[in-house]
Amino acid sequence: MGVRRRSGSFVLRVNPILCDGFGHCAELAPELVQTDEWGYPILRSEPVPLTDAGAYESARYAERGCPRQALHIHRISEKKPH
Amino acid sequence: MIRPNSLPRLMHAASDRPLTLALHEAAFASSTSVTSLLDELEASGLTGRGGAGFPTALKARLIREQRGHNKFMVVNAMEGEPASHKDQTLLSANPHLVLDGAEYLASMIGANNIAVCVARDNPSVVNHVGRAIHERTRRSLRGPKLELHTPPWRYVAGEESALVHWLDDNESLPQYRPNRPHILKIGHGPALVDNAETCANVGLIGRYGAQWYRSLGTAATPGSTLVSVTGAVDHPTVVEVELGTPLRSILATAGADLDPQAVLLGGYGGSWLGASHLDVAYDNESLKPVGVSTGAGVIVVLPRSACGIVETQRIVHWMANESARQCGPCAFGLPALAEDLSHIAHQSRDPKAAHVRLVERCAVIEGRGACRHPDGVIRLVRSALEVFTDDFSNHVRGSFCNGTRATRHFATVPSLEREEELVWE
Ligand SMILES: Cc1cc2nc3c(=O)[nH]c(=O)nc-3n(C[C@H](O)[C@H](O)[C@H](O)COP(=O)(O)O)c2cc1C
Ligand code: SF4
Ligand code: SF4
Repeated sequence: MGVRRRSGSFVLRVNPILCDGFGHCAELAPELVQTDEWGYPILRSEPVPLTDAGAYESARYAERGCPRQALHIHRISEKKPH
Repeated sequence: MIRPNSLPRLMHAASDRPLTLALHEAAFASSTSVTSLLDELEASGLTGRGGAGFPTALKARLIREQRGHNKFMVVNAMEGEPASHKDQTLLSANPHLVLDGAEYLASMIGANNIAVCVARDNPSVVNHVGRAIHERTRRSLRGPKLELHTPPWRYVAGEESALVHWLDDNESLPQYRPNRPHILKIGHGPALVDNAETCANVGLIGRYGAQWYRSLGTAATPGSTLVSVTGAVDHPTVVEVELGTPLRSILATAGADLDPQAVLLGGYGGSWLGASHLDVAYDNESLKPVGVSTGAGVIVVLPRSACGIVETQRIVHWMANESARQCGPCAFGLPALAEDLSHIAHQSRDPKAAHVRLVERCAVIEGRGACRHPDGVIRLVRSALEVFTDDFSNHVRGSFCNGTRATRHFATVPSLEREEELVWE
C-alpha cells in the first residue's frame, strides 16, 4: 500500500438512539470523548485534523470498540480557501 | 375568486361544517391557470407552517430530483402542540383546500401516493378528512392514491422522521439522521412531508398564482397564516392573519389580554417574548432579531398575575414525559431540567444550586438528541431565563412570588395521568 495523503479533518459522531451510555468510548478515546452526568458521551465537536495520528487512532479504537456500533468517524474534506 | 388583498384566504367560506367538494370548488373557483406549479410555488415564497419555516419549494424540488417510482406526499396534520388548534380548525372547515395542495405537491414531485396523517385521538377531524377523501376518490380514478392514516397522538409523533417511520409500518419514533438534507423514505419511495396549513397555502397558489399570493404579507414572508391564541384570552381561538401584522393587533383580534406579562411564541418548543416587544411584526424576518419565530403558529398569552417559572416548569415536565426515550441526553436530561425548574418554582431544596444546574444542563443536552425535541425544550428554558430574569432571582432569593399561588394555569398541558401508558404503534 502506498502512502495515504491525510488532508482534511474528522469528527467522531454518535447515534444517540443506539448508544447505551456505559461510556466505554470515553476510556478508548479520552481526548475526544467526555461523559455527561448520566454516562452518555459528549463528543468533541471541533474537527480534528487527520494529521493528528494519535487522535485518529483513538477515534478508530472507539469506533471499533463501541459495543453498540453507535460511533462513526465523519470525515470533512479540506476546503481550499480560494 | 378571492380578491387579492383580502382576508380570509385559508378560512375563506368557512362555516361550522366542512365544505363539500362541490361547495369548495364554487368558493375557490379560479380563472387563472398556473402552468409550472413548482416555479409558481418558488415565486410565491411560501415557507412551511409546521415549525421550521423552511421554503416549501426547495423541499419539493429536492424530492422531485430523487429517483424512485413510488414517491410519497405526506400531509402532516398531527398537530402535536397542545396549544395549537389551527390544523384541526382548517381541516374542519376547508379540508379540500388542504387536499388540493397535497395533489399539487404530489404532481410537482411525481408522487403516486398521498398520505394524510391525522392523530387518531381526534375523531371528528378524522371523520371530516375521511369524508373529504371519499368524495374525491369517488369522483376520479386517476391521479395519486389518496389515503388517510391515523397514528397515535404524541408530541414527537408529528416529527417528520417519526411520522414517516410510522407510515413505513413501524412505531412513531424519530430516527437518527447524521447528514442533512436527509431524504426520508417509505419503503424505497422518497417522501415529502408538509404541514396541513402549508398544503392549504399551496392549494391557493396552485389556483391563483404567486402574484396573487404575494398581495398579502411582506416581501420576505408573503401570504397569510393561521395562529392559535390561548392563555389569557376570552376563548381559545384560531385567527388568520396577514404575515407582518403587529403582534399586538393579533392579540386584539383574538380577544386576548392586551397588557400581558409575556407571550409564548411558536409552541412548547418555542420561546417566551417579553411584553416590551408586542409591537413587533408577526413574521419570521421581524421576529428573528428578538430571538423568536412564528414556529407552529402558537401564541400563549401570559397575564401579569401568573408566574412564568411555574408555567415553564409545567410545560417542561410535560415535554420531558413526551420524550421518546431513545436517546440518553433527552430521556434523562429533560426530566432533570423539569426537576431543576420545579425546585426554583417552588423554592424548595436549594433553588440557587438548581438555577446554576439548569443553565449548565441546557448547554450539555443541546444538540445531542436524534431529533430536535430536546433542543426545543432548551430554547423554551433559555427564553424563560431571559424574559423572567427578575422572577428567577426572586425565586432563588426566596422572596415571595404571588404567581406561584395562582390556581389557574395558562399554558395548558394534557393530563399527565397516563404517564406510564404511552402508545407508539
Ligand atoms: C418534536 C417535533 C414535533 C413536531 N410535530 C409536528 C406536528 O405535530 N405537525 C407538523 O406539521 N410538524 C411537526 N414538526 C415539524 C416536522 O418535523 C416537519 O418539519 C414539518 O411537518 C414540515 O412541514 P412544513 O415544511 O410544511 O413546515 C415537529 C418537529 C419536531 C422536532
Ligand atoms: S461506547 Fe458506544 S454505546 Fe458505549 S457510551 Fe460510547 S458510544 Fe455509547
Ligand atoms: S431526542 Fe428525544 S424525542 Fe428525539 S428521538 Fe431522541 S429520545 Fe426521542
